Amino acid sequence: MSAAVTLPDAPPSYPEEHYLNNGYSLKSWLTTTDHKRIAWLFFFALTFMFLIGGTAAALIRIELITPAGDLVSDATYTRLFSVHGIVMVWFFLIPSIPNTFGNFLLPMMIGARDMAFPRINLLSWYVYMIGALAIIASLFAGAPDAGWTFYTPLSTQYANDATIIAAVGVFIVGFSTIMTALNFIVTIHRLRAPGMTWFRLPLFVWSMYSVAVLMLLATPVLAITLLMVTVQHWLGIAIFNPAIGGDPLLFQHMFWFYSHPAVYIMLIPSMGVVSELITTFARKQVFGYEVMVFSMLMISIASFFVWGHHMFVAGESTFSALVFSLMTFVVAVPSAIKIFNWTTTLYKGTISFDTPMLYGVSFIGLFLVGGLTGVIIASTGVDMNLHGTYFIIAHFHYIMVGAAVTAYMGALHYWWPKITGRMYPEMWGRFAAITMFIGFNGTFGPQFLLGVAGMPRRYHTYPPVYQVLNEASSAGAVVLAVGYIMPLCYFVWSLRYGKIAPPNPWGATGLEWQTPSPPPEHNFGGEIPVVSRKPYDYEHYDAEHGEWQGRP
Amino acid sequence: MSAKPEQVKVQFETLDQQQSADRLGMWIFLATETMLFGGLFFGYTAMHTLHPQIFDEASHELEWKLEFINTVILLTSGLTMALAEFAVAAKRRWLTLFLLILTLFFGAWFLTAKGIEYVDDFANGIVPFVAGGYHYAGLQPEIAKLFFNFYFALTGLHAFHMSIGMLLLMLMAWLTFRWRDPDKMIRRLRIVGFYWAFIDVAWVTIYTTIYLVPR
Amino acid sequence: MMLAALGSNAGNAPGYLGSDVGHTIVKFLPPAATPMAHSVDTLFFWMVGISGVVAMTLTVVIGVLMIRYRRGKKVNRDFHVSKKRELWTEFFWTLPVFLAFLAFFYAGANIYVKAFTKPNDPIHIDVTGKQWMWKFEHPNGAREINTLHVPVDRIVELDMTSTDVIHDVDIPAFRIKHDVLPGTHMFLWFKATRIGTYDLYCNQFCGLGHSKMRGEVIVMKDADFAQWLDDQQVPNSPAERGAALFRAHGCSGCHMGNSAIHAPDLAGIYGKPVPLSNGKMVIANDAYIRDSILFPSKDIVAGFNNDMPSFRGKLTEGEIQEIISYIKKLHRDYRNQP
Repeated sequence: MSAAVTLPDAPPSYPEEHYLNNGYSLKSWLTTTDHKRIAWLFFFALTFMFLIGGTAAALIRIELITPAGDLVSDATYTRLFSVHGIVMVWFFLIPSIPNTFGNFLLPMMIGARDMAFPRINLLSWYVYMIGALAIIASLFAGAPDAGWTFYTPLSTQYANDATIIAAVGVFIVGFSTIMTALNFIVTIHRLRAPGMTWFRLPLFVWSMYSVAVLMLLATPVLAITLLMVTVQHWLGIAIFNPAIGGDPLLFQHMFWFYSHPAVYIMLIPSMGVVSELITTFARKQVFGYEVMVFSMLMISIASFFVWGHHMFVAGESTFSALVFSLMTFVVAVPSAIKIFNWTTTLYKGTISFDTPMLYGVSFIGLFLVGGLTGVIIASTGVDMNLHGTYFIIAHFHYIMVGAAVTAYMGALHYWWPKITGRMYPEMWGRFAAITMFIGFNGTFGPQFLLGVAGMPRRYHTYPPVYQVLNEASSAGAVVLAVGYIMPLCYFVWSLRYGKIAPPNPWGATGLEWQTPSPPPEHNFGGEIPVVSRKPYDYEHYDAEHGEWQGRP
Repeated sequence: MSAKPEQVKVQFETLDQQQSADRLGMWIFLATETMLFGGLFFGYTAMHTLHPQIFDEASHELEWKLEFINTVILLTSGLTMALAEFAVAAKRRWLTLFLLILTLFFGAWFLTAKGIEYVDDFANGIVPFVAGGYHYAGLQPEIAKLFFNFYFALTGLHAFHMSIGMLLLMLMAWLTFRWRDPDKMIRRLRIVGFYWAFIDVAWVTIYTTIYLVPR
Repeated sequence: MMLAALGSNAGNAPGYLGSDVGHTIVKFLPPAATPMAHSVDTLFFWMVGISGVVAMTLTVVIGVLMIRYRRGKKVNRDFHVSKKRELWTEFFWTLPVFLAFLAFFYAGANIYVKAFTKPNDPIHIDVTGKQWMWKFEHPNGAREINTLHVPVDRIVELDMTSTDVIHDVDIPAFRIKHDVLPGTHMFLWFKATRIGTYDLYCNQFCGLGHSKMRGEVIVMKDADFAQWLDDQQVPNSPAERGAALFRAHGCSGCHMGNSAIHAPDLAGIYGKPVPLSNGKMVIANDAYIRDSILFPSKDIVAGFNNDMPSFRGKLTEGEIQEIISYIKKLHRDYRNQP
C-alpha cells in the first residue's frame, strides 16, 4: 500500500511491549477497549461457535450416508440442520472477517490508533455473547426446528419454543453487527491518517466499508422481521398469519431483503482479503484499483434489489420474478470483473506459493464455481427445476464456505505473524490448504450432481438412488474436517513454539506491516503515520529489504 | 500529539474530529432506525394493498382526534428540545434544565394519552391478541385483525422508542442539574436531540399512514 | 453434456418406459417426461457448457501465469498500462459477460413465462398439502393420497393449497415445482408425454415429516386412465353432503337457476371479488360465505335485496363447512366447463 512512514526502527526480535502483554488478567481482557484485543475476543467466540456449527454439519453428513435415516431421528435431524444454519450464518460467517480481521486491521490500515468508538466496539462483543448464549440456551430448550430461514407459518405456529429463543438470539446478535458496522463507517470517514485519501485506501478497507453499508441497512429489517415472528408466537400480535388474511410471502420478502444482502456481507470481506493476498504474494499493484472499488460498491448497492430470486417458485408474480432475475444477472457482472482483475494482477507479478497465496488462489477457483452456478440458477427457467435441491446447497456452500471460509483461513495465515508475532509452520500450512481444497470439492461437488438428480434439501430420509453420491459427499467431508482441524492444532502450537516473526514477513506495503509484530497498544507508538503513496505500490518497493525506492 | 486537549480521546487528533465522528455516528444510527421502521411500514403497505377496504374501514375505529392532539403535543416537545439545545449552547444552566423537564412532561403526556387510547381500544373491542378484547363488527372482522395487529406493532414499537428517549432525557436532565462540563453537555444534547427528532418524524409518519390516509 | 448421456440411460429402469421410481443405483438426470423438461435441460446444459469453458480457461490462465511468473524465475516483468488502456480492457471483458448474461436471462425468462402462464383447456386437479401428505381430487370427485394418476399427452393443471404450512410440489421428471401456500391457491401445469411413474417430492421444509412427504405421479395411456378413473369409488364427499344440505334447507330455491325470488347465482363465485351494495368489494372466501349464511344482512351483494333469513342455530359449523365445499365445487365445475 501507501506510506512513506515515519516510524521508530522496528525491533529485530519480539518487542518488549505490545498489545498482548499489556495486562494478562481476565479483567484486562474483558474490559479492554483496544480494537486488537477485541478482535481476539471475537476469535475465541467465533471459533467456539464454528465448532458447534461444524459438529452439527458432521452429524448431518454422517446421517446422510444411508437413505433410511437411522442414525438420528427426524426430530434430531431437523434440529441439526436448523442449528447448523443459524450458528454458521449469524454466529460465524457474518461476523467472521469483519469482527476479527476488520477489528484488528482496519485502524492500522488507515493509520489510526483505534476505532472511533472503542467502547461501542467492546459492547458489540458483549451483545454478540448474549446472542450466542441465547442460541446455546435454545439448544438446551430443545433446539430450534424450523430451519435457519424461520419461514412462517411453520416458525410461528408449528415450531417449538426453542425456535423462537433462537430467533431472539439472532435478533440480539443483529445489534452487534450494527454496532460494528457503525464503528467501521465512522472510523473510515473520520480517522484516516494524513494523506490517506479515499483512493489510497487498501481494498480490504473498501470491502469493510461496503459491507458496513450492507449491515447497517439490511440488519434492521431482519430485526423487525424476527421481532414480529417472536411477538406472533408469544403474544399473538400476528402480521404474517394467513388465517387472518396475512400473506406468508410477506415474511419471505422481508427475510430475504436482509438475507440476500447477508450473502454479500459474507462474501465482500473475503474479496477484500483476497485482494490483499494476491497483491502481496504477486508483489504487484492490483489491476484496475478504481474498478475494483466501484465494483465492490456496486455489488453492495445492487444486492439490495435481488432478494426476489429466492422466491421464483414461491408465488411472487411472474413480472417481479423476471425483474429480480435480471437484477441478479446485473449483480453478477461486478463479481466477474473482480475475477478478471485478480487474474490480470498475476500477469508479470513475482509470485510465491506461501500458504496464504494457496488460499487466495483456491478462493478464486471456488468462487468461480460458486459464482457461475449462481448465474445458472439466476435464470428463472432453470431455477424452477433446481430450486430447493442440493444444487442450491452446493452453490451457496461454494460461496459461503468455499469463498468466505477459505478467505478467512487465508487471512488467518497471512496476518497471523502480525497478530501473534510468531510464524505458523509453513509446510503444515500448505498441506492444510491443499487438504481443505480437496476436501471441500469432495464434499460439495457431488451435491451439484445430487441437485441435478433432483434430491430436495432438508431431507432426513431419501430415495436409495441418491445414496452413492451422498456417500461420496460424506467421504469428502471427512477430508474437509481434517483440513479444518490441522490449522486449529498448529496455530495453537505456534503460539509458543512458532518462529518469531519479523514486522513484515511477506514484504507487503500495507501500513499494518510498518509497525512491530505484534503491534504496540495504539498501533504506531504514539505518532500516526503520514501517507504519501498509492496502495500496493510494489513497483517502488524493495520487498526484500523493506525499503521504498524513488519519491512518492 | 503534544497539545491535545484533555477531553479528546486517544484515537482522535482534535476535538473537532471527535465531535464530527459523534455526529456521523448518530446519523448512521438513525439510518438503521429508519430501516427498522421501514420494514414494518413495507409490510403494512403490502397488506394494505391486499385488503384496502377492510383496512380503511378498520382504521375508522382508531381515535384519530385524540391522537391529533397527541401529535401536536409531541411536536411541541420537539420544539422545547430544540430550544434546550440553544439554551445549553448559551450556557444557560437552569433554562436548559427547565426546557428538558418541559420536554419530559410533554413526552410523558404523549405516552399517557397513548396508554389511554390502548385502554379505549380494549373497551371498543379491537385488541385481537388479548382474550375478550376483540368484538369488532365491521367488514370481515377476521381480516381486520391484521390491521389492528399492524396498528399495535407500529405504535408499540414507537412507544418503546419513546420510552428509551425518555430515559435518555432523564439522564440529560440529571447531568444538566450537575453541570460538570457544559461543553460536553452541548455535544450530548445535540446527540439526544437528533434521536428525539427522529421519534417525532417516525410518529408523524405513523399517524399519517394509519390514522389519516384511510379517512 | 456427460450428464445428459448418463442421465438418459440411468432413468430407464427395465419394464417401465421412463420410470423414475425403482431400481437404479446411481441417479444422475431424471427422465425428461414433458416438453418443458427438454427445454429446461437444453438451457441448463448450454449454461453449464459455457460456464465450464469459462472456468476451464480461467483456471488454465491462472495456472500458466503462476508458473511463468513464479518468484525467482528470470522473466521480463515490465508492466506499464495507461489508465485509459486499463479502462478499455475492463470494458472489453465486461461487455461479453454482460451480453451472455442477458442471453441467459432471456432464455430462462422464455421458459419461465410459459410455465407460469395458465394453459388452455386443462384437466383441473385439486391438490391439498398438509403435514405430511398430499391429497389429490380429480374433477369427478375421485380422490387419492400421495399418488397422482394422470393421462398422457393431456395438459393437467394442479390447483394447489395447503391447510397448514408452506409445502412445495416438485416433480423432477417434469422439471417444475411450485410452493403450496396456506390461505391461497397456486397453480402448476404440465403435459406429460412419456408413460411412466415419476417421483413427487415436497420441496419446501414443512416440519418433521418433510422427507416422508413424497409421492408418485403415474402417467397412463388415455384408455388406461379412463379405466382407472372408472374403477375409483367416488366417495360421499363433503361437497356432496353440502349439496344435499343446500337442497334440504331450501337454498337452491333462491340461489339456483331461474327461481322466483331474486338471489345471487353461486356458480363460479368462490374466490372472486363480489361488489357490495355499499359500493365496496369483498372476496368470496370461506369467511365471507360463512358470514353471509349466518349474518345475511351484513354485506348485501350490489343489486339484491335483503331477503335472506339467517341460518344461525339452524346449521352446525360442520354443515356450514360442507356447504362451503359445495360452493367451491360449483366453482370448479363452472371453471371446468369447456
